[in-house]
Amino acid sequence: MIPAAFDYHRPTDMAGVLSLLSEHGDDARVMAGGHSLIPLMKLRMADVPHLIDLQDVEGLSGIDVGETIRIGAMVTQADIIDHTGLTASAPILREAALQIADPQVRYMGTVGGNVANGDPGNDMPGLMQCLDAQFTLVGPDGERTVPARDFYEAAYMTERGDEEVLTSVSFAAPKGGYAYEKQKRKIGDYATAASAVQMTKDGGTCTSASIAMTNLSDTPIFSENAGAALAGSTVDETAIKAAVAAALADIDPTEDNRGPVAFKMHVAGVILTRAITRAWSRA
Amino acid sequence: MADKMHIKLTVNGTEEEFLAEPRELLIYTLRERLNITGPHIGCETSHCGACTVTIDGKSVKSCTMFAVQASGKDITTIEGLGTPDALHPLQEAFKEHHGLQCGYCTPGMITRAAKLLEENPNPTEEDVRFGIAGNLCRCTGYQNIVKSILAAAATMNADASSSSDAIGQTKVEAAE
Ligand SMILES: Cc1cc2nc3c(=O)[nH]c(=O)nc-3n(C[C@H](O)[C@H](O)[C@H](O)COP(=O)(O)OP(=O)(O)OC[C@H]3O[C@@H](n4cnc5c(N)ncnc54)[C@H](O)[C@@H]3O)c2cc1C
Ligand code: FES
Ligand code: FES
Repeated sequence: MIPAAFDYHRPTDMAGVLSLLSEHGDDARVMAGGHSLIPLMKLRMADVPHLIDLQDVEGLSGIDVGETIRIGAMVTQADIIDHTGLTASAPILREAALQIADPQVRYMGTVGGNVANGDPGNDMPGLMQCLDAQFTLVGPDGERTVPARDFYEAAYMTERGDEEVLTSVSFAAPKGGYAYEKQKRKIGDYATAASAVQMTKDGGTCTSASIAMTNLSDTPIFSENAGAALAGSTVDETAIKAAVAAALADIDPTEDNRGPVAFKMHVAGVILTRAITRAWSRA
Repeated sequence: MADKMHIKLTVNGTEEEFLAEPRELLIYTLRERLNITGPHIGCETSHCGACTVTIDGKSVKSCTMFAVQASGKDITTIEGLGTPDALHPLQEAFKEHHGLQCGYCTPGMITRAAKLLEENPNPTEEDVRFGIAGNLCRCTGYQNIVKSILAAAATMNADASSSSDAIGQTKVEAAE
């Protein structure tokens, strides 16, 4: 499997990346870890006459942990798993990263690549919606931020312009209990259904809940109604059932080699129930 | 047609320099250009791990990286882990515990296991299974692979503690 020929660029700063993007337009694409892009190029499903490798670009790595957490686009899934400060402050990231792919892929796959890719199977986009993260994009007109919850338009279609590069994700340090629950056919597989949940509580009452889902529509889905069904409740069986029903009403899975629609709805229900129960037990 | 690029790699301690098209995948560079045929091509689709090598301290599927991406980096393949006369403890353990049958997955498996033991010298069985999840084996059912890796860890730890004892000993002697 040999990809079509391309020109390779390895700029060392963002100005270099942006000038290549504006020079080559549609013919240029950035590459982070390459573990989504290279397989597509090998299958000739992606044609990239100008490949811009981001590995030497300054300022895209690093994890800052404070009231706001900022993760550079080139931080890998392995970096997330190993970062004790991040794990102490936002443990859901490590829990999710450990469920992505396999060790080799996690050394290479980056946060930026995972969230910018736009594949509904990627796990980080749903996670970022649960955390209400902001994505920072840099382009010819400067920098802007887009909420993760507004970023995804359809499979492989995002709010990012062709000449923009995602430089970091940031979000407020989450509070309370968390869970990233994922059903897959085998280790290393994309989700049949997955869900990210963060919940806070006061006494025995849930004060807030944020619920997002992976690979159950052509984009990640944040379900405001599911969260609302739990807030103010004691998270008893009735409340959980209401939240799951609300979440299922927001998704639109399609039949594929992971199963028919009815099966996916069933699995989604199971995953959501587990994720809510686990997050609540940790709140 | 894209121009060839000047690529420089260190493979198992030897510097290699050559011109190649950017689309050349690292596994082909290793196998066909440099005749380093330990890393195998199993699936060629980033799933099986037969092509695993270590690049700057990361286990990487070399079918999913362009050689030009690896330019400037340090690469270790199974050929860099031991010699027929002085096997790496993992190679010794795979031999001892029947950690292979056809052997196709073995170079990638051992290269990955070496990195795993470097990061976690005292793994549990579960750590080993999770840590080799990117390497598929169609023959063994994994049981003896896991056994071999755990045995190698025990050997390596025993070697490490006896050599640190030896260092301790020298220190004591020096102090006297
Ligand atoms: C066997 C296998 C199993 C996998 N399983 C999973 C899984 O279970 N869950 C999961 O989430 N992922 C999975 N992946 C995907 C893996 O996590 C990818 O590496 C990741 O999705 C993309 O990250 P990357 O750094 O490799 O991106 P790349 O492949 O380099 O890029 C992906 C896309 O994003 C764009 N891009 C990259 N970085 C930026 C940036 N900074 N700004 C703008 N655009 C950018 C690229 O142009 C490209 O279109 C799997 C991959 C493999 C090979
Ligand atoms: S040949 Fe590279 S992962 Fe299978
Ligand atoms: S020994 Fe045959 S594939 Fe592993």
